[in-house]
Amino acid sequence: MNDAYAGANFRSILWRADAAAATSDDGVAVPDCFHDLNLDQVVDAIAAEWPEENLAPFFHVTLHDIAAVQYRQAVLRDLERPAVQRSVLAFVQHMRSVHARLAGIEKLHYRHEKERALLTAADGYCSAVQNLKQEIESLDPASAGLRGLCAYLVKYTTESVEFMKLASDTHELLSALDAVHYGLLIRSGSVTVRKDAGEADFSVEVEDIFAKFQQDIAQEAPRNARGRIGINSLNHIEAQILDRVALLYPQTFATLDAFCAKHELFADPVIERLAREACFYLAWLRYTEPLRRVPLPFCYPVVDTESKATVCEDGFDLALSVKLAQEHRPVVRNSVTLCGAERIIVVSGPNHGGKTTFARMFGQLHWLAALGLSVPGARARLFLFDRLFTHFEKEEDIATLRGKLQDDLVRIHQILKQATPRSVIVLNEIFASTTLNDAVRLGQRIMARLSQLDALSVCVTFLTELADFNEKTVSAVAMIEPRDPALRTFKVERRPADGLAYALAIANKYRVTRAALLQRIAP
Amino acid sequence: MKALLMHADRDFDVAQPLPAHAGIVQQDLELGAVINAMAAGDELIAKVARRALLNSRGNDVAAIRYRQAVVADALAHPEPVRQMYANAVAALEDKRKNYWGFLGHHPSSILYSAIHVLGMFMGRLRALRSIAEAQAGQFQSAGFGNLFAMAQREFNDAYLARVAAQLDALKFRHGALVNACLGPDGESEHYALRRPGEVNANWLQRLLERAPPAYTVRIAERDMIGAKTLSEMRDRGIDRVANTLMHSVDHINSFFEMLRAELAFHVGCVNLHERLTAAGVPTCFPELWPPGNAPGFRARELRDASLVLTLTHAVVANTIDATGRQLVVVTGANQGGKSTFLRSLGLAQLMSQCGMFVAADGFSSAPCSGLFTHYKREEDASMRQGKLDEELARIGDIADVIRPGAWLLCNESFASTNEREGSELARQMVTVMQERSIQVIFVTHLYTFARAAYAQQQDAALFLRAERLADGTRTHQLREGPPRETSYGEDLYREIFGADAERADPAGDESGREPRTASVRRV
Repeated sequence: MNDAYAGANFRSILWRADAAAATSDDGVAVPDCFHDLNLDQVVDAIAAEWPEENLAPFFHVTLHDIAAVQYRQAVLRDLERPAVQRSVLAFVQHMRSVHARLAGIEKLHYRHEKERALLTAADGYCSAVQNLKQEIESLDPASAGLRGLCAYLVKYTTESVEFMKLASDTHELLSALDAVHYGLLIRSGSVTVRKDAGEADFSVEVEDIFAKFQQDIAQEAPRNARGRIGINSLNHIEAQILDRVALLYPQTFATLDAFCAKHELFADPVIERLAREACFYLAWLRYTEPLRRVPLPFCYPVVDTESKATVCEDGFDLALSVKLAQEHRPVVRNSVTLCGAERIIVVSGPNHGGKTTFARMFGQLHWLAALGLSVPGARARLFLFDRLFTHFEKEEDIATLRGKLQDDLVRIHQILKQATPRSVIVLNEIFASTTLNDAVRLGQRIMARLSQLDALSVCVTFLTELADFNEKTVSAVAMIEPRDPALRTFKVERRPADGLAYALAIANKYRVTRAALLQRIAP
Repeated sequence: MKALLMHADRDFDVAQPLPAHAGIVQQDLELGAVINAMAAGDELIAKVARRALLNSRGNDVAAIRYRQAVVADALAHPEPVRQMYANAVAALEDKRKNYWGFLGHHPSSILYSAIHVLGMFMGRLRALRSIAEAQAGQFQSAGFGNLFAMAQREFNDAYLARVAAQLDALKFRHGALVNACLGPDGESEHYALRRPGEVNANWLQRLLERAPPAYTVRIAERDMIGAKTLSEMRDRGIDRVANTLMHSVDHINSFFEMLRAELAFHVGCVNLHERLTAAGVPTCFPELWPPGNAPGFRARELRDASLVLTLTHAVVANTIDATGRQLVVVTGANQGGKSTFLRSLGLAQLMSQCGMFVAADGFSSAPCSGLFTHYKREEDASMRQGKLDEELARIGDIADVIRPGAWLLCNESFASTNEREGSELARQMVTVMQERSIQVIFVTHLYTFARAAYAQQQDAALFLRAERLADGTRTHQLREGPPRETSYGEDLYREIFGADAERADPAGDESGREPRTASVRRV
């Protein structure tokens, strides 16, 4: 695909030109799995930092074909280059201030003031677009997305008559306004406006006579700047002064009137869309930046829609590690591999040993990969699912035992009914609310269903009986520190679930193992 | 504008933090008595004197000689020096009462108060200049010479008159004239104050006649917002001159602060000199050896200045020539004047190093890179550490910061362990110090250490003994001589316990000790 062609077809840096993608976010709901996987925390944090762009819907819609994922991965890789990231971020910030200014015009009262604001917005828009074009062009991005964008920008800035006229009109008018200088004689009760009469600069004279007292003074920002934040409207005095200035410079202000009549709506829809969609990537990079600085690895997963062979090397729970990194605490990373017929990871081990975190990580990795993002881990190969189901024990415990077990079963039933062989299923501590025998029996039933379904799954359970259910199950155990069982390693490793590692370690600590007892009890 | 009465090339740093060990040195040398005599109730003098004495380690020979000359001038002309000090104190007091500072104030109130304070400051600068004019020929030192020349050069009547006129113009009796241009919101910005010129009642009219049109906006009677807008515009217009004046106030203020601080030191020297002279104690300016050439020191009739100031009766003087001796070991009778000598030496070195006179007929040494004391301490009240731990920790603290060319005064170091161990610790430490070219003066009862040092390095070290006459009375003077085993604690014991001691110790064995010592020495 050549770039000129790409330029003609470019619409979005989230969606390939040929994708029949949703272009509206309306009606995109928060996925059911978000709360269980703590992805809601991640997206809430991102949305809070990017309030204007409404980014949450982007995180709610997953991709289902490999090319779509690769399109985004490539754009994100480009944006990981600091120079590319800087230019796109600058563009986004530029556009934000253009939007803010345009929105502010509504609230202004005076004609010249409104006109001046529109001119400022147009100027901001022109330089945002021109800067982005220049910078992206010189940075020579590798991704189809950014190359397409670049071609589009070249075409837009050099061939669109509308844009070129906007740019030149803006430039001329700003120069004319820059030449507007006037004098103000301020007394109590009145101010007189007139053209600059070229009197001596009094500040300079005063500085001159006091020069000997001005040495060794650090240059500070002048406090002359107007103490206004964002866009505030002029008050009646300021507006009257502006009107008098317009009388002093009638030609310039007539041109301003004409400019506003001509360029009332200047923004291109593709550019507008870009300003929002680019934030999806920028937000992701900013959110993961503190983790990458720790350093924790992020990688671009290989995604597949055929093979369910799964690799995750040094993966970690995103939301948790953000918190740990803030507190400068170490983040435990876990690896897991599924090959051949293996589909179901059964995680067992002591409480608070990292089992739930492991399950969350597995779900998060799949979801993030399907968004086309980098994932927390050193290397990953992940299946591109059709749907992702989770069932975590609910925190609230008002229900009776039967009620809770019933809830579990209803929910699992729903999942198994909707799930396909292409789904990913994460079940956490199911059947914890019934007797052991019950739980084992129910668990085995569910395992049989899952095996039959052939969907990739994680089951966190205290039922070691489920760990070696059949050839599709893989046993993983949350490890403990042998020398001090009270210390949790939060490491989950693939090994048989004998349930003894923990008990043996405690026995060792109290020297009641066989060897120790033989030694202690003399023959 | 600088005072330069402490250093030839820079201000005296009142805020410079004291070295970590300063508190210990001050306590061990009883510097407080000297500082109090200098201060004579003036807290600023006390603060400056303390800084000057304890932060003197960076002063080289040229710097010390520069300051000695200034001190000598002050001693010769106490009255003008005290007048200048009082003038500086009064200037700062004026400002404190009439200046509100800048934070949270509008440029107009800053300007108003700065005009007032600058007027007063000019009066104080004029007073300084008058003293300079009257005394110019009398003072000999470069320091005072430069200050007087600066005052006469910078604050002549012509300059002071121009300042007065400018301050008057800055009251803007006929309105403030500013230039402005249009900002991005249509507001006025880049305010620049213009010279009011010979403004009179017809100003506006003449302006109208001259040509360009002028339009006047009037504020209605009760238009609070309008009035506020005008005053804000005026504030922005005068902001730069307000800044200039504010900086001038700051600058002159710091000049007076510096002058006050540096004069405080010299007034302190005058005060101390008067006290010592009244007590009949001779003083002299020490001779300064270039550092690195000759270790040791030479003292003629050296007295402990702090003891002179606290006692009413005459204080013993010592004459010691330790030229070329890197190590001085002082042994001998308790209460024999060892500690007093050590203190007198430390004080003399500190005073010498900060350009002061010393309480001696003659004193010579090289400036040191730092002065440290290691004295025997009372038991740590909290009992957290054993005595030896505490002592060794302090050696460690010193070792972190001590450098070649420093002085280390040890008073019964390592007395908290037995003699064999203490001597070995002392030997190891002292040999390291010697190898690092650090001057050590060691008052000790560790006979094993002293004897070994005497045997090995009679040339490099000087051995002093607290004199005790045959009848047991002490002269409190030190004499050169080999270490003796006993420190005559026995004497003290008898003195205090009187007849009880005789009865309790039937086998008083002093007669047996002396020969034993002698025989060991012969071996």
